[in-house]
Amino acid sequence: MNSKRISLKRSAYGFAMKALMTGAAVITVGLLLLIVAYVLYRGLPGITWELLSTSPSYLTDRIGILPDILNTLYVIIAAVVIVLPLGVGAAIYLNEYARNRRIVAMIEFATETLAGIPSIIYGLVGMLLFCQFMGLGTSLLAGALTLSVMNLPTIIRTTQESLKTVPQSYREGAFGLGAGKWRVIRTVVLPGARDGIVAGCILSIGRIMGESAALLFTAGFAHTLNGFFSGLSSSGATLTVALYVYAKEHGEFEVAFAIAAILMIMTLAINLLASHASKRLGRREL
Amino acid sequence: MKAKAGAKRAVEDIVHGVFLFLGLVAVGFVLLITVYLVVSGLPAICEIGLAEFLFGDEWLPTASARSPEYGILPFILTSVYGTAGAIAIGVPVGVLTAVFLSKLAPRRLRRAVEPAIGLLAGIPSVVYGLVGMLLLVPAIRVAFDIPDGSGLLAAIIVLAVMILPSIIKVSMTALDAVPREYEDASLALGATSVETYFRVSVPAAKSGIAASVVLGVGRAIGEAMAVMMVSGNSPNMPSLFQSVRFLTTAVAGEMAYAEGLHRQALFSIALVLFLFIMLINATLNFVLKRKKEGSR
Repeated sequence: MNSKRISLKRSAYGFAMKALMTGAAVITVGLLLLIVAYVLYRGLPGITWELLSTSPSYLTDRIGILPDILNTLYVIIAAVVIVLPLGVGAAIYLNEYARNRRIVAMIEFATETLAGIPSIIYGLVGMLLFCQFMGLGTSLLAGALTLSVMNLPTIIRTTQESLKTVPQSYREGAFGLGAGKWRVIRTVVLPGARDGIVAGCILSIGRIMGESAALLFTAGFAHTLNGFFSGLSSSGATLTVALYVYAKEHGEFEVAFAIAAILMIMTLAINLLASHASKRLGRREL
Repeated sequence: MKAKAGAKRAVEDIVHGVFLFLGLVAVGFVLLITVYLVVSGLPAICEIGLAEFLFGDEWLPTASARSPEYGILPFILTSVYGTAGAIAIGVPVGVLTAVFLSKLAPRRLRRAVEPAIGLLAGIPSVVYGLVGMLLLVPAIRVAFDIPDGSGLLAAIIVLAVMILPSIIKVSMTALDAVPREYEDASLALGATSVETYFRVSVPAAKSGIAASVVLGVGRAIGEAMAVMMVSGNSPNMPSLFQSVRFLTTAVAGEMAYAEGLHRQALFSIALVLFLFIMLINATLNFVLKRKKEGSR
């Protein structure tokens, strides 16, 4: 490089822009580190076995988040069980069956629209549709149904991506052996797309765990300890909703930070899992 | 043999039908959501009057001494200003970070930072709200010497941080896709590397970057919980250091106890928010479509 020929103005521009870019990246990473460190610093001391293993009691003035942990699990399980067949089925239709471009365009437009709708609107419509119209009341099942609609685009998109990576020759080979379309999908296409579907599930679990606005009016605030099926039919707060209630309404910041730290650790774990899953997916593509 | 083939045919047709149905579920949900919002949002607007509702600057739904007022102009303006502020802070930081990671950063640094951005995207919004409530709000109170730090400024900063990851990710994808030849040609003509990044790569990736901005707008305008925890929630006209209420928080904050026309008016607010989002989605689709045509 003949750096002497570059005028002072140009090298100043280069230097300034480099400094700005590096500064922006430092700000971004610094913010993340600040948030993570602050949450863990204030939250980790509050995570005690008593907090994790009991339900709240006004008699002994005890706060426990076991019901909230279980509610979160129930909502995740129920929502994934509901959304998985819907989303995978839609993706299979789009990738394997659809010939009519209009229908494909319509479904894709609908999926994009669903992905853009904010969670508070899902919460509101979920309340009208599942709690009132379908008569489920404020319950974890209503919350799970709302979240499954919300996660439909995620599952459809990731499944579609992984269906595309199944080589066309596999399908042709199976057809050549005389298999029908349904059989080809069941035995050749779906197993080949398994990793992508798993990655989609992990992404959805992360979104469900972090969701709160859509659950406020559909799943409610109760902290009662329930089994899976009785839990689904009764109202219950997930960890995020409990965090909100403890922080905003009760001023119990220690508990709120403990929950935040748990959520942070779970988010980290889910991100690691998701990148592992997508790496596996990427490797197979080669 | 023929009967068996016929049965197989029937099974195939049924399966095809089932998958078609599953594919149309998403369309059904979009229609359901739209219909529900319109049906439950229109009555209040009709009763209050469209102009009164959209441009009224007073929100006093539970006033008992005088007739209640249902003007949502403060919410609309707060949402618009809040989003604009978040974009004004988030986009420069996000795009510059994306250029840094995509072009300037060594591969190893990039590999270390990318998961961090994923983590930033995955943090639940209530956690952002909590950190905002206990770290940012007191900081604003001390820095500007005001009685309460919660308000529009706190909300803008929280939203800016929350939209950063989507802006960085989408911009980075666009910047990575810029053909190597463009940059090589620019370098060969004597441009410095930094000049190449900002005068060749960024303009070449501009529709992807535009898409990331529109995506950020959508996220910012739709965010409810984090904003609710830091913005104070009084229905004031927007001003940086005052307690304000967004469209989203207006719905979330009062839904639990609202009744009658008040409750219906909340659905109307949701309808307005939904229209905003649809407008943003349409813009996004337009930007992406133009991008596709541009790349041909």
